Amino acid sequence: MSFDMAQFHQVFFEESFEGLDVMESGLLGMDPGAADSEEINAIFRAAHSIKGGSGTFGFSDVSNFTHVMETLLDEMRDGRREVTADAVNVLLQSVDVLREMLIAARDGGSADEERVKEQSAELERVLADKDGSGAVAADVAASEPVEAAQPEAEAEAEVEPIGWKIVFRPHQHLMRTGNDPLRIIRELGELGELTSTCDVSDLPSLEELEPEDSYLSWDLRLIGAIEKTQIDEIFEWVEDDCDFAVIPILPEGFDATQAAAAPAQQAQPDQPAAPAVQAAPPPVERRQAERRASGSDRRQGNDRRQASGSAASSSIRVDIHKIDALINMVGELVITQSMLGMLGNDFDMSRVERLREGLTQLERHTRELQESVMGIRMVPISFSFSRFPRLVHDLSTKLGKKIELKMSGENTEVDKTVIEKIGDPLVHLVRNSLDHGIETPEERVAAGKPETGTVYLGASHRGGNIVIEIRDDGRGLPRDKILNKAIERGLVKAEDNLSDKDVYDLIFQPGFSTAEQVSDVSGRGVGMDVVRRNINELGGAIEIESTPGEGSAIIVRLPLTLAILDGQTIRIGKEIYIVPLVSIIESIQIDESMLSTVAGKGETFKLRDEYLPIVRMHEAFGIQEHDAHKLTDGILVVVEGEGRKCGLFVDDLLGQQQVVIKSLEANYRKVDGISGATILGDGSVALIIDIPGLMRLAKNGGGRGRPHLALTA
Amino acid sequence: MAASILAVDDSASMRQMVAFTLKGAGYDVVEAADGVEALNIAKSRSVNLVITDVNMPNMDGISLIKELRTLPSYKFTPLLMLTTESGADKKQQGKAAGATGWIVKPFNPDQLLNTVKKVLS
Repeated sequence: MSFDMAQFHQVFFEESFEGLDVMESGLLGMDPGAADSEEINAIFRAAHSIKGGSGTFGFSDVSNFTHVMETLLDEMRDGRREVTADAVNVLLQSVDVLREMLIAARDGGSADEERVKEQSAELERVLADKDGSGAVAADVAASEPVEAAQPEAEAEAEVEPIGWKIVFRPHQHLMRTGNDPLRIIRELGELGELTSTCDVSDLPSLEELEPEDSYLSWDLRLIGAIEKTQIDEIFEWVEDDCDFAVIPILPEGFDATQAAAAPAQQAQPDQPAAPAVQAAPPPVERRQAERRASGSDRRQGNDRRQASGSAASSSIRVDIHKIDALINMVGELVITQSMLGMLGNDFDMSRVERLREGLTQLERHTRELQESVMGIRMVPISFSFSRFPRLVHDLSTKLGKKIELKMSGENTEVDKTVIEKIGDPLVHLVRNSLDHGIETPEERVAAGKPETGTVYLGASHRGGNIVIEIRDDGRGLPRDKILNKAIERGLVKAEDNLSDKDVYDLIFQPGFSTAEQVSDVSGRGVGMDVVRRNINELGGAIEIESTPGEGSAIIVRLPLTLAILDGQTIRIGKEIYIVPLVSIIESIQIDESMLSTVAGKGETFKLRDEYLPIVRMHEAFGIQEHDAHKLTDGILVVVEGEGRKCGLFVDDLLGQQQVVIKSLEANYRKVDGISGATILGDGSVALIIDIPGLMRLAKNGGGRGRPHLALTA
Repeated sequence: MAASILAVDDSASMRQMVAFTLKGAGYDVVEAADGVEALNIAKSRSVNLVITDVNMPNMDGISLIKELRTLPSYKFTPLLMLTTESGADKKQQGKAAGATGWIVKPFNPDQLLNTVKKVLS
């Protein structure tokens, strides 16, 4: 049978990566010396599955590597080996190597052989450790029978038997193992010419006969050029459930002394089974030989794998309930559609009320359907959070700090694309907290804090957004240091009276670092500016809170999905733009008394206690024809982005609606101040405003003389 | 009617592979992800052969075999274990629990079909 094993690769890789996560979090949660057996069992099972799958699907290097890990875990599971910190660490590193190997296998490449070899050696070292007496014993056990099998093979080589005499005495219970003597005899018959004599002497009287037991024995003669191993294989499953002996039938004139040497023991009629079993090469050996023989098949598998490699990364596993809900919803939609269809066939104005009802129903179902479809792309943020226990474990060891990681809201669901893109920025932020935020144990004790620092990572839904917080109880951001550095670099002037927020915002400047020396933990060329850019690209925002000596918090706000947003349509002249609803605080008409002009800083207006800058949208986007010229004639949309507020001066507010986001970058190019485009109900294109981007734009250029951004056809 | 086979494995890829191979050969295949699920299926309908993985959460393969053998309708049903070459003691435990035999992982579809044919003929 030939079919493409590659079709299972995707599932295999998916579950293997899940298995790796299980192993990793299990190992991290393991308390050396007092490990929970259920925990070890789960880790073992994951390793075992990866080994089994990689062997079957043709990734023998992965399977070989995992085998050693499995052996180690098996000994721990059985309590034959102590769970030491060293072993856990080596296993953790091995998980990393295994992950690399699997990624390489998935993408059709090959893993770093040196690293694999080194790690294997590490595992072997742990395995050979004095506690691992079980492993040594297993080695011996494995090699002994091989030697035992050797003389027999030589003996056979001298004289080729013409066939075999087989004594087969099933034990009474044989049938109750699901085996059938008849089946075995039939199989033997397929090997050569078989004659059988049935021994019924053990049959009890009818009253005593247990119909479910087996009482018959057979003497069989099998003639043909047959290897003994072929016969052994047929008896393999029942060797403990029967007595059997296999005695070579030699050609005429050879049944003399020389040949008798080998089967001598087997001639004992009382226990014919035992010697035969011993003489047979152990199943282990045989299977290995088979695998070697099927090596060519595997290589073919490897070739195919490359073709499917790229497809693996673009799939998603969806909870079956979500699919069910979706199918339900589509059913509802179909019913509504047919209802509307019937209404349309012979419509007159008397039925307009029905039509309206139908449309309402259609709207509801469309919305529900939309929500369900979006739900498919939603995955729990634990996919992203799960790497942090490991990261914190490794980094705190490296930095010589004591750090505890607390997480919450791991089940918060976020769009898959968001998860994929938020991973790296989050890693950077957590690294920063560990490296710069949390103090050394000595410093902490001196400051009257507990020796162990805490990093808190949490996710939650707030409004239409997801909020991710990275909070630590470390030393807080060094305001003076940041300010000095900024002055030094000419970013701000010493006489500028900056708020804390403004100072903290400086760390988002490209190339800005307060670290005296760049450590290899943080500051590897990726700065906070990149973090902020990545988050902005996701339509999100980042904020900093910090209290000297008590710690700091980074708050990342992200949209739930990248596909649809709630928007407010605004009008400037003939142009329509969309402002994300989440950015809007309020919309107001202002009067003269609220306005003031700050020299060199443009126009501002007073909103309650704050003075907020005004961005004239027609200037920012270079729109010539607009209605409102005086600020009091138009409307100010008060928006907030990255902790700053401003008023957008527009002609009019239109409606609020959900808009489907189309990438401007993919279809045109990236435009500052614009995060995407959408198509409105009348078919026209409207641009979606990127509030933080627009504010930066307005701040840098004062809003005047900007390139023409209006989308006039 | 085609013989029905219950394939039990917590690894979805392995289960898919086994099911695909067997279905391709015309067998009727039911899948279960662990011993508990498998036992429920086995009780609710009759199957002609069970192929089970050993290491699984909730109920492992050996316990499953033990449970199945206590059911009157599975007294003589072939029950095969999927084991690895390192699991010699597992094979013994499985046999003691009432397993008919085993299929050694890794295996290819041909090996699987040959073994299945052997017990279902």
